[in-house]
Amino acid sequence: MTRLPEAERLCEQLAAELKPRVGPKSAMVGLYTGGAWLAERLHPMLGLKTPLGLMDIAFYRDDYAARGLKHDPKRTKIPFDVNGSELLLVDDVLYSGRTVRAAMNELFDYGRPASISLVVLADRGGRQLPICAQYVGTRVEVPPGMRLTLKKQDSGKLTLALESERAT
Amino acid sequence: MRLHIKNARVIDPASGKDGAGELFIADGKISKEISKADRVIDAKGLVLAPGFIDLAARLREPGYEYKATLESEMEAAVAGGVTSLACPPDTDPPLDEPGLVDMLRRRAKALARARVYPIGALTVKLAGEGLTEMGQLTDAGCVAFSQANAPLPDTQVLWRALQYAATFGYPVWLRAEDAWLAKAGVAHDGEIATRLGLPGIPAFAETIALATIIELVRATGARVHICRLSSAGAVDLIRRAKEEKLPVTCDVGVHHAHLCDLDLGYFDPNCRLEPPLRSQRDRDALARALAEGVVDCLCSDHTPVDEDGKHRPFSQAEPGATGLELLLPLTLKWGQAQKLSLAATLARITSEPARVLGIASGRLAAGAPADVVIFDPAASFTVAAASLRSQGKNTPFLGYELAGRVRCTIVDGKVVYES
Amino acid sequence: MQRNPQLNEKGELQHLLSIEGLPREILLQILDTAESFAGVTEREVKKVPLLRGKSVFNLFFEPSTRTRTTFEIAAKRLSADVINLNITVSSATKGESLLDTVANLSAMQADIFVVRHESSGAPFLIARHVKPHEHVINAGDGRHSHPTQGLLDLFTIRHYKKDFSGLTVAIVGDVLHSRVARSLIHGLTTLGAPEVRVIGPQTLLPAGVEALGVRVFHDMREGLADCDVVVMLRLQSERMRGALLPSAQEYFKHYGLTADKLALAKRDAIVMHPGPMNRGVEIDSTVADGPHSVILPQVTFGIAVRMAVMSIVAGN
Repeated sequence: MTRLPEAERLCEQLAAELKPRVGPKSAMVGLYTGGAWLAERLHPMLGLKTPLGLMDIAFYRDDYAARGLKHDPKRTKIPFDVNGSELLLVDDVLYSGRTVRAAMNELFDYGRPASISLVVLADRGGRQLPICAQYVGTRVEVPPGMRLTLKKQDSGKLTLALESERAT
Repeated sequence: MRLHIKNARVIDPASGKDGAGELFIADGKISKEISKADRVIDAKGLVLAPGFIDLAARLREPGYEYKATLESEMEAAVAGGVTSLACPPDTDPPLDEPGLVDMLRRRAKALARARVYPIGALTVKLAGEGLTEMGQLTDAGCVAFSQANAPLPDTQVLWRALQYAATFGYPVWLRAEDAWLAKAGVAHDGEIATRLGLPGIPAFAETIALATIIELVRATGARVHICRLSSAGAVDLIRRAKEEKLPVTCDVGVHHAHLCDLDLGYFDPNCRLEPPLRSQRDRDALARALAEGVVDCLCSDHTPVDEDGKHRPFSQAEPGATGLELLLPLTLKWGQAQKLSLAATLARITSEPARVLGIASGRLAAGAPADVVIFDPAASFTVAAASLRSQGKNTPFLGYELAGRVRCTIVDGKVVYES
Repeated sequence: MQRNPQLNEKGELQHLLSIEGLPREILLQILDTAESFAGVTEREVKKVPLLRGKSVFNLFFEPSTRTRTTFEIAAKRLSADVINLNITVSSATKGESLLDTVANLSAMQADIFVVRHESSGAPFLIARHVKPHEHVINAGDGRHSHPTQGLLDLFTIRHYKKDFSGLTVAIVGDVLHSRVARSLIHGLTTLGAPEVRVIGPQTLLPAGVEALGVRVFHDMREGLADCDVVVMLRLQSERMRGALLPSAQEYFKHYGLTADKLALAKRDAIVMHPGPMNRGVEIDSTVADGPHSVILPQVTFGIAVRMAVMSIVAGN
C-alpha cells in the first residue's frame, strides 16, 4: 500500500524551491480544480506581484469528440498580460500530459509568454506526450485501476488521496 | 349465391337482438331458412352483424389518385367491414356535375365491393355562391348535399340553399364552423395551442355556426345532418334542437371520440384534423352524447393523405386521418369505455347511419339487403402501415394495439372480403 | 414520439428545440457554460478550438439579420465553419419540401442545423429526420419557441439579479404571437421565479395563458408594481391590420414603457427587450437608453449563450 506524502508539507517544499527563482516578470496560473487550490496556496507564499490567474481547459481538451463538454466549466480569469511573462503553470497531478498541452494552447491564445515552467505537486508517470515538469513535489506510483487526486478538507487542508478510477 | 352462416353470435342493433343464431342469404337478400346453401360459413366464436355504414369516407377519386384510388380504398372499406359508405363531394373537381357523380357510381359498382352513396356539392365548385343542380344530381345518385370542409360564409346563400333543398326534401349535410373565426386556425384554441404556438380555432366557431344553422332549420324546415361535431357546446345545442323535434341529426368522427388536443404531443401531424381535436372535456362530452343517442352516429371521416402531405410542419400538414379499417376497433373501444352493450355500440355504425341515409341496409331482417359482416371482437392487432390496405397510412393510432378484426364481409349476398 | 425529442437516451441535450420540457439541470448547465464563454469574448483571441472542423448550417426560412449574425459569430468563435442559407430565395420557392432541403444539406456533411421557420414545430420535424450525429438548434419557430433568446434573457436576469428565487418579472405586449415570451415564461417557471406576469390587452393574450403559470394584467401600472424585471415585447405593424389593435399611438398610451410607468417598478429594476425596438411604440427612448436598460448587454450575452448551446449539443 503506497503511503502518500503530506500535501501541505510538499507545498512548503515547492515554495522553498521556487522562491529564489521568481522575479519581477513571474506570474502564476493554476488549473482548476486541484491546480487552482495549489496555486492559491503557493501564490502568497511566493509574494508574487502579479495577481493569480485561474484557468479551465474545458474548451481546449482533445477528448471533446468522445466525451462532449463536461459539466461545470469554470470561468478562466487571467488578470495580467501574458505577453512577455515568465509563467508558472500549476497543476496537482501530472499524468498523461494532455491537460498541460491544452493549458499551453489556451495560454497562447492570451498572448506570448517569455517562458512557461510547470509546477506539480505529484508526478505519477504514464506520460503520453513529450511533457515534463520543472518543479515536482513528489513522485508517486499509482496502482492500476486507481487515481491520484488532491482533496481539500472543510478546514482548507490539502491532502493527496488514492481512489478508484471509477469514483465520481 | 345461397349462403348459410351458422354458429354465430347474431347481433341486430335495429331489433335489439343479441344471441346465438344463424343467418340465411339468397338472391342478395337476407332470407328465412333456405333448404340448400351453396356455401356454409361457420362463425363459431365470432359476431355476425349488419355490415357497417360509414357516413364519411373519402375515396380520392376523381382528382386525388396519387393519394389513393377507388380500388385501394374500396379494399380498405370491406377489409374494415364497411358495406355502405357515403363519400363527401370534395373531390377534384368537386361532385357538382351529374356526369362526375354518374362516373363515380359506375366505377364503384363495377368494383363490386361496398355500396357507395355520393354526397353532392351544395354550391357550384363548393365555392359558396351559386346553387348546384340538386335535382339532376339526385337523379344521378346523390343522397344528400354538402360543403364537405369548404366554408360557406355567406348566410344569405346558406339560407337560400336550405330553402331550395327543403322544397324538394333533399337532405343537407353541414359541418358547423364559422369561416372567419376558423380562418388560419389549425388547432383547438386553448392551453395546448397556446403552449405549442399554433393558431387556434375557438370552440365557439362551431357553436356560433351551429346556432345559425339550427335557426335556419327552424325557418326552412330543411332536413340537416351536422357532420363531425367537435365540442361540448355543440352537443348542448343539438340536444335542445332534438328536444324541439327539429329535423336534425349528427355524427362524430371516430378519432374525436377518443383523442383530444393533448394527443398532439410534439406536433404530431397525424393529429392535424378538421375539425381540430378539442379539449378533454369536449372529447368526454362527445363520447357520452354518442352513448345517450344525442349524437346519432360514428363515422370514420376516412381521409387518406400521402407521406409528403403529412411530413410537414403541423400548420402546413394536410388535415385528415385514414379510418375505414379502424372504424370497428375504435367503435368497440368507445362502447367498452361507455359500458354499453355490443348491440348498442354497433347501432352507431349500422342501424343509426342507415336511418340517416334512409337506406334499407343496416339491419338483419328477412328481406333486407344481404350486407353483413362477421368479426372477432376479441382479436387484437397492432396498427401498422404494412397491414393497412388503404393507401393512407396517416393515423394517430400507428403503433397502438386495438381489438376487433373483420373475418368476412358480405355485400349484396356475395363474399367481398375474408381473412 | 413520447420521449422529449431534445434529449438522447442518456438524458443529454442533443437538440435545442424549446425550453419547455428541459430539466432545470440542463438549463443551469447552459447558463453556467455560457458564463465561461463570456470570458472568451473579453480577451484578444476570441476563439476556442472546440468545434474546429465542424460545420454549422444556418437554415433561415424566415429572414433575420440579427439572430443569424449572432449565431454566425458564436459558431466562428468556436472555430466552426459557417454556411448561411437564405431559403427564402432558393429551393423552397421552387417547391422543395422542408425535409428534402434538410436531406440535401445533410449530404453535405452538416453537424449543426440552426433553423428558423415560420411554422411552429418545424424544428421538431427536422430533428425527427436528421442523422444521429446531426444536431438541430431552434432559432425561432412560428409563435412557439425561441429557446436561445429565452436562455440569454435568463442569463441576463441572473447576471443582474444573481438568482431567480425572489423575482417578480413582467412581460409586456404581444404575448399571443411571441415565441420569445413563451420561452422566457417556461424558463422562469422552471428556474423558480415566484411571480411571472403578462401585461397586455385581451386581443394580444393567448387562450388559457394562465395555464403556463403566469398572472394576467390588463392594466400596465398595476402589473408593473414592484417588478424586478420588465421585458418589453416587440409590436409588429401587422397587428394593426389584423383588427387586434387600433393604432401604435393608442398602444403606446396604454402599454408603452415610459419613465413614469417604470417608476412603479422596483428602484433597481432592469428593462429588457429582445429587439429590434420600435421606439415610441412599445418603449420610450429615454427608457431604452436609460440606466435601467440592459438591452445592449443582452446582445453580448447572446453570443456566449449560443456558444454554450452549440458546444453542449455538438458534444452529445
